[in-house]
Amino acid sequence: MRRYLALRDFDWLLLSLVLLLSTISIFEIYSATLHTKFVGFQTKQICWLIGGLAAMFVFSLINYHRLIDIVHWVYGFCMVSLVSVLLFGSRVLGARRWIRLPGGIHFQPSEWVKLVLIVAVARYFSNLAGKELTWGDILKAGLLVGAPMLLVLKQPDLGTSLTYVPVLLVGLFLGGLRWKQALILSLATTALIVPVWSKGLKPYQKQRLTSFLSPENDPRGSGYQVKQSLIAVGDGGIWGRGATKGTQTQGDFLPIPYTDFIFAAFCEEHGFAGALFVLLIYFLILMRLIQNAQTAADLPGTFLIMGIVAVLIFQIAVNVGMVIGFMPVTGIPLPLMSYGGSSVLFTFLALGIVMNIRMSRFVN
Amino acid sequence: MISREEKLPAYKLMVVQYAILAVLLVLISGLWRLQVVGAQTYRSLAEQNRIRKVPILAPRGKLFDRDGRLLVDNYPSVSCFLIRDPNRDIQADLPLIARGLDMTVDQLKSAIESYRIAPKYQPIPLKQDITPDEEEFIEAHRNELPELQTIDEERRLYPRNGFAANLIGYVGEVSDDMLNDPRYAYYEPGDVVGRSGVEQSYDQILRGQDGSEDIIVDSHGRQVGVLGREPAIPGQGLRLTIDLDLQRVAEEAMGARNGALVAMDPHTGEILALVSHPSFDPNKFSVRIGRDDWNKLVTDPQHPLMQKAIQAQLAPGSTFKIIMSVAGLKEGVAQDLKVNCQGGATFYGHFFACDQRHGPVDIHNAIPMSCDTYYYTLAERLGIEKIAYWAHQVGLGRKTGIDLPGEVSGTVPSEEWKLRTFHEKWYAGETISVGIGQGAVAVTPIQLARAIAGIASGGVFKRPHVVDPDELPLDYRKAMYDSFPGSGDATVPIDPQSWETITDGMWAATNSAWGTARVAHLDNIDFAGKTGTAQVVSHSAGMKKVSADVASRANSWFVGIAPRRNPDIVVVVLWEHGGWGNESAPIAARVIEAFVDKQRRLEHNLRQTAPPSTVEVGAVWSGDPSAANLARAASRSGNGDSAAPAQQASLVPPPAGVQGAHFFLKTPSSGGRAKPKAPGRKLN
Repeated sequence: MRRYLALRDFDWLLLSLVLLLSTISIFEIYSATLHTKFVGFQTKQICWLIGGLAAMFVFSLINYHRLIDIVHWVYGFCMVSLVSVLLFGSRVLGARRWIRLPGGIHFQPSEWVKLVLIVAVARYFSNLAGKELTWGDILKAGLLVGAPMLLVLKQPDLGTSLTYVPVLLVGLFLGGLRWKQALILSLATTALIVPVWSKGLKPYQKQRLTSFLSPENDPRGSGYQVKQSLIAVGDGGIWGRGATKGTQTQGDFLPIPYTDFIFAAFCEEHGFAGALFVLLIYFLILMRLIQNAQTAADLPGTFLIMGIVAVLIFQIAVNVGMVIGFMPVTGIPLPLMSYGGSSVLFTFLALGIVMNIRMSRFVN
Repeated sequence: MISREEKLPAYKLMVVQYAILAVLLVLISGLWRLQVVGAQTYRSLAEQNRIRKVPILAPRGKLFDRDGRLLVDNYPSVSCFLIRDPNRDIQADLPLIARGLDMTVDQLKSAIESYRIAPKYQPIPLKQDITPDEEEFIEAHRNELPELQTIDEERRLYPRNGFAANLIGYVGEVSDDMLNDPRYAYYEPGDVVGRSGVEQSYDQILRGQDGSEDIIVDSHGRQVGVLGREPAIPGQGLRLTIDLDLQRVAEEAMGARNGALVAMDPHTGEILALVSHPSFDPNKFSVRIGRDDWNKLVTDPQHPLMQKAIQAQLAPGSTFKIIMSVAGLKEGVAQDLKVNCQGGATFYGHFFACDQRHGPVDIHNAIPMSCDTYYYTLAERLGIEKIAYWAHQVGLGRKTGIDLPGEVSGTVPSEEWKLRTFHEKWYAGETISVGIGQGAVAVTPIQLARAIAGIASGGVFKRPHVVDPDELPLDYRKAMYDSFPGSGDATVPIDPQSWETITDGMWAATNSAWGTARVAHLDNIDFAGKTGTAQVVSHSAGMKKVSADVASRANSWFVGIAPRRNPDIVVVVLWEHGGWGNESAPIAARVIEAFVDKQRRLEHNLRQTAPPSTVEVGAVWSGDPSAANLARAASRSGNGDSAAPAQQASLVPPPAGVQGAHFFLKTPSSGGRAKPKAPGRKLN
């Protein structure tokens, strides 16, 4: 059935854009950790990137249909690991998110669930191909995403669990949701928010979700973070204060400037011009991904890439929105910029899938 | 299973593309708002974040005595300040801070509240002079309480046991009243300023100017660099005119007595010693005095915080007779006034008592005997207006202009004064008691010192002061005179005849057998004086706490000079409720003796090193006038016949040949105390 995968068909443009962003990220991690105990994190990040690139190439060789075929097993495994995290996971900062593996590796299953969900959702909706969605289909899709989401929410990891939502939304949208259904669904969601808000969320989560609206009310908690982030971004001005020269970043006023708030650090040191440049690269990456989705050989390919796009744009919007005070502080990293192995591996594995889809276009 | 032909409609992907574009545009608009529109605002916020203005406190100028000996020193100390960080919820930290600094949350809140309108970068002083434990607490909580900052500063170290406390004053945090006073516009909340005494009147010189340091900090308040530094200008030291030795003697002589002592150099007006007892410990004020301590001080019926030398306005009693004598002689009334004292006299239908039957009295023995009858008569002859005129001439009823805060002006009654104050007519009968320094007349010890010094100097009055104006910066000198208005320097010439009469009368008071102050007689020292016993008419409410016996006792005054003419020192002693004036006389005598002893010692030392020169220090009389005068005074008195020979014997005319220190009655080489005591002393 398939002849060969041509390296010529590898998406070199996409890879270049991704590597450019990764390079910027490494420099900013260097700058942001310069005067902290995390100095030298850029080296670790480089290691993660190398690992990520390797994983990407490996995944680009795996036929994505294979992934789709085995996803129910993986999905099951994910559910088990999520439950075991809740039962045996190590508690860090009050939340059970990691499983400690031998060799000092901390495994955070909720990151991987994202990828698995993308595949699962792609499989689910491409199976329904073209047909108009029934309420039963919608409910099943909701359960598919909702079950792991609830488990992650229970950890509690509000941010990561929220990233599962765009996967479902894009799936529904592309899968043939009708306007009427969309309307009813959004009304139902709105109605659901109230009980979830009052019962399902912990007080600190509520505070985090609202404090960005009025940072003054919570000057020490996430309000402090938002405020320092706004100052950092604004302090950058048009051209920025220069690499390693941002006083907010270097003075440790900006919270975790190498992960969640790395974009604020970057904005302070490289200004509006730099921020615009980074957002442009994101835009190009996303457009390129969508182009790949369009040219994908089949529906699963399209659904897979669009799922990835959904997760990426959601994370960008939430993270940058948080940095500039438009969004609550949710602890969602900025893909390709924030320091962190899980985030890097997710992105590059996702890209590997995209590469495979692209290279499979002409394979027949 | 999966049909490859199936494709998603193209518009759906386009919708996603536009959605992405829209999201990014929204983000860009946010960035534009922050980085382009709000760049200035956020830049300054970022600067505020990292820059802290830390005051460098100027050490206060030290105080020295006239010989340059240290009176008030500084010691290093640490104060705790609160940095107002808008990003920190300071209210939530208050309980912890309060625990660590041993304060109450309310205290902290009021400290913060008083800074509500001050610029945010200005640190709030929370606690001064913190203990090592508290310093350790701040150090250990650097991360939890980054808003706490410690600052090294120099703190006042005052002499112990309230030595010269009322003179020196104390420092404390600037009061709200001062902050609202435009004269003190340069004060800022939390400034430590002089609140009393020299510390207050010379605050501008002593305080120096605080500097500041702009330090760069990280979010934990740790210093990571210094941006700029404006060094502090230390306060200037100040040399007082006080003689430490004499002050010590004066403090000891006053002991636990409630009252004041002024020792002044009449030639210049320099205050040599200034005592107001009971005293207080100004070291307690240099931080922040506890409420209990403060209440104890302000409710003490003996008013420890009152500088009685310049603030106690009391009837001068018989010391006023010197001023009466000046008035009488200047008006030409006293010269020929002769009174036969029968233990009092009747004026305007009232009998006014004298404490003794002095018999025939004239101006020469009226002073030493302190005959009331004589001065009743003199007062009647002069009338209140002339008395008031001359009392004003010698500086009573007006502030002297001494460079200490809070001086009061006393009262010289007159017809106009009574009309103005009580809207009543003056009754001639009131004049009689004024003649002996009773009634409405009220003076302060410093006024009396200036007046007596001037009269004994032939009418040259000097502004009393504790800091030599010549040592002050020129522009400041003028301001000092302006801020302490008063009689100042003045000359009211007294003709030599009257001058001699009065000063000889004062000499006889301490030297003759019938002198009221003979108990204070000093051998070998030309020491003259006048007692005063002022009846206490009404007592203030506070005095009720003191036993009625003490409260009703008269105020004891004494004015002493040495030598009797052109004196080198005048001493005024006020002992409230001390009883008779002769009770105070020995106190003054001790001070004068100490003064003379010191002068002699210095003179002696000088002579050993340098050949004796023929310097004349202020002695204006030549030859031996006083002996003749006194002989005349004694012969005229016609009083105390039996005592007369003894009195004559006790007269020691100043030897004409002694040079250099004209209070020498004998040269030091002849043995200071060789002369037997005057027999008058035994008659006591």
